[in-house]
Amino acid sequence: MSEEWPLWEVFIRGQHGLSHRHVGSLHAPDAEMAINNARDVYTRRNEGVSIWVVRAAEITASSPGEKGPLFEPANSKVYRHPTFFDIPDEVGQM
Amino acid sequence: MPQDALFDYVLRMGDNCLVLAQRVSVWCGHAPVLEEDIALANTALDLIGQTRLWLSYAGEIEGKGRSADDLAYLRDARAFRNCLLVEQPNGDFGQTLMRQFLFDAWHHFTLGALKNSADGRIAEIAEKAAKEVAYHLDRSGDLVIRLGDGTAESHNRMQAALDHLWPFAGELTTPDEVDEALTQKGVAADLAQVESQVSAYMEKTLAEATLSAPKDAPVRKGGKTGLHGEELGYILAEMQFLQRAYPGATW
Amino acid sequence: MYAQEVKSTGKPVKSLDEMDPEERAFQERIDADIKIEPKDFMPEGYRKTLIRQISQHAHSEIVGQLPEGNWITRAPTLERKAILLAKVQDEAGHGLYLYCAAETLGASRDEMTEQLLAGKAKYSSIFNYPSLTWADIGAIGWLVDGAAIMNQVQLQRCSYGPYSRAMVRICKEESFHQRQGYDIMMKLVKGTDAQQEMAQDALDRWWWPSLMMFGPPDAQSVHSAQSMAWKIKPVSNDELRQRFVDQTVPQAEYLGLQIPDPDLKWNEARGRYDFGKIDWNEFYDVLKGNGPCNKERMAARQKAWDDGAWFRDGLMAHARKKQSRKMAAE
Repeated sequence: MSEEWPLWEVFIRGQHGLSHRHVGSLHAPDAEMAINNARDVYTRRNEGVSIWVVRAAEITASSPGEKGPLFEPANSKVYRHPTFFDIPDEVGQM
Repeated sequence: MPQDALFDYVLRMGDNCLVLAQRVSVWCGHAPVLEEDIALANTALDLIGQTRLWLSYAGEIEGKGRSADDLAYLRDARAFRNCLLVEQPNGDFGQTLMRQFLFDAWHHFTLGALKNSADGRIAEIAEKAAKEVAYHLDRSGDLVIRLGDGTAESHNRMQAALDHLWPFAGELTTPDEVDEALTQKGVAADLAQVESQVSAYMEKTLAEATLSAPKDAPVRKGGKTGLHGEELGYILAEMQFLQRAYPGATW
Repeated sequence: MYAQEVKSTGKPVKSLDEMDPEERAFQERIDADIKIEPKDFMPEGYRKTLIRQISQHAHSEIVGQLPEGNWITRAPTLERKAILLAKVQDEAGHGLYLYCAAETLGASRDEMTEQLLAGKAKYSSIFNYPSLTWADIGAIGWLVDGAAIMNQVQLQRCSYGPYSRAMVRICKEESFHQRQGYDIMMKLVKGTDAQQEMAQDALDRWWWPSLMMFGPPDAQSVHSAQSMAWKIKPVSNDELRQRFVDQTVPQAEYLGLQIPDPDLKWNEARGRYDFGKIDWNEFYDVLKGNGPCNKERMAARQKAWDDGAWFRDGLMAHARKKQSRKMAAE
C-alpha cells in the first residue's frame, strides 16, 4: 500500500458565526489541498465563509483524566454567566 | 440571421456545459479518492445549473415554446452546438482532469468578457456562472500542476492527456461567423482577446506543471456548427433514453 | 441495517459487579448517557466493535453510491439529474464523515478500504440488488433511505461522541433524500400506465430487501445484547423493522401501490402492522456474496481504487517536493 494522505481537522466560520467551529476531518496531501477539499466536502450547503485546516497529528488534546483540574475551577466562577445576576424586569433587556 | 446567431451562441454555451456535466458525472462513485469524488460532483452540479440557465434562455430566443429540458432531451446530435473537446471520452482520470482544465481556462475568460455583454440576460447568467467557474479553474489548474510535477507516472499521464486533447482546445478560441457577428454587436466574447488571455495563462500554468503543449498541432473543430464526433450520439442515446422511450411522459 | 451483522465480543454481557473498576466506571458513564470521547478509557471490545460497525456503515455509503449512480446519466430531466447527483454525492460525503469517525478509534481509511476490497469487511446487503428502471431510483430513496434514516435517527444517541456527531450531521443532510424518492414515486403513479407499472414493479423488488436491511431477527442476533448495553445500537433490529413497516404502509397506500406481502395486515390489538415471513436464506446468501450484484459492486470499487493509485501517489509526491523546496528556501 502506498502512503496514505494525512488527516486534517477542518474548522469553519459560518455566515453569522463569530468563531470557527470544528466540523469534521478529511484527507489531503497538503494544507492547500485540504482547504480546497474542505470547501467541497464541508460547505456543500453554503455553510461557511472562512475555513481553517490543521493537521490532525498537530493537535494536542487535553486528556480526560485532566478534566477535573482543567474545567472545575471555571465551574465555580458562576458569576461569569449572565444568569447569575438578577436584574429587575423594569430595567429592560440587558 | 442575427436572431439565429444569438440562438446558436447561447446554445453553444449551454451545450458545452451539458455535455461536459454528462461526462464528468460518470465519475460519481468511481473517482480515485472520496474527496475528489465529491469535488468533481460539485463541478458537474454547477455545470448542470448553468446548462439550465443557458438553455432556458435559448428556448426564449427561439420563441417556439421549447424548455431547457426539451432542448436537452429532444434534439438530435446535428442540432447540438458543443465543442468537440467536451464530448471526448473520460479516459483515465488524467484525461478527465486535462479536458476539464482546457475547458475551464476558456470558460473562465469567456465568462469574464460576457459579464459585460450588451445582452442583459447573457451578462446576468455570466455573472453567476463566472464565480463557479473561477473555482473550477483554480481546482483543475492546481491539480494539473501537482500531477504534472508529481511522480514520473503522473507526469507521463498528464503529458499524454495534454498531447491527446490539445488539438480540440483550439476550437474554443477560433471564431466563426456567429462569433464575429455577435462580437461586433458587443454581445459575444471577443475570442481574439480570450485567446490571448488563455495562452498567457496556459503558458504559465503548464510551465509550472513541467508539461509542454504540442507545437503546430492542427486544430480539430466542427462541434460548434453541429459536426460532431461519433461519440456524441452515444452520449445522447444514454441521456435521452427515458424521454425517447416514453414520449410525452412527465417525470 | 447499514451495519447489519456486526460481530461484537461474542461473550455474554457482564454485570457491573463482574467488571474491574475502570470498566465499571466506563459502563456507568454510558448508563448515565455521558458520551465516550476518543481519548477516554474504553474496553478493547467496545473499540473493536465500534470500528467494525462504523466502517461497515461507511462502506455501505460508498458502495451505496453505485446503484443510484447508475442512473445519473439517464435521469429524465435536468432537475432530476441535479437532484440525483447531489444525493449520490451526499453519500460519498457521509462515507467520508463515517471513515473519519472510525479513524478517531485508530483505524486508517486506507486500511478499512483494503479490508472492504479483500472481502473481510461487510456492507449492507441492499446494495447488491440492481437498479433496473428509473422507478428504482424512486424506490431506493423512499424505502432504502427511509430505512437508513430510521436507523440513523436512533444512532444519533450512540454512546461514542464522534459517531453520534457524524450521525447528527448525516441525518440533517439526508432529510431530503427520502423525500426526493417519494416525489419520484408520486410522479410515476400519476403518470402513464407504463409509469405506474414501473412504480409497482420497483416496490415489488425493493420491499423485502429493504426489510432485511435491519438485520437478522433479535432472537438470532448474537451480538445485539452487548451492543445495546454499550449503547452503540440503542434500538433492536426487530423494533426498527416494525417501525419502518408501520411508517411505510400508509405511504404505499397513499401512492395506490400494493405492498407485495399477502400477510400484511393491521393488528388492532398491537396497534401495529403484522407482516409476512422474511426469507432469511436470501439475506444470508447475499451477505455471503451471492447476491445479484455483489461481484459487480466489488469490481467497481476495486477498479476505482486501483486506477486511482497513480493519482493519489502523484499528489502525495508533489506535496513532498513542495515541502522540501520550501525547507531548502528557508
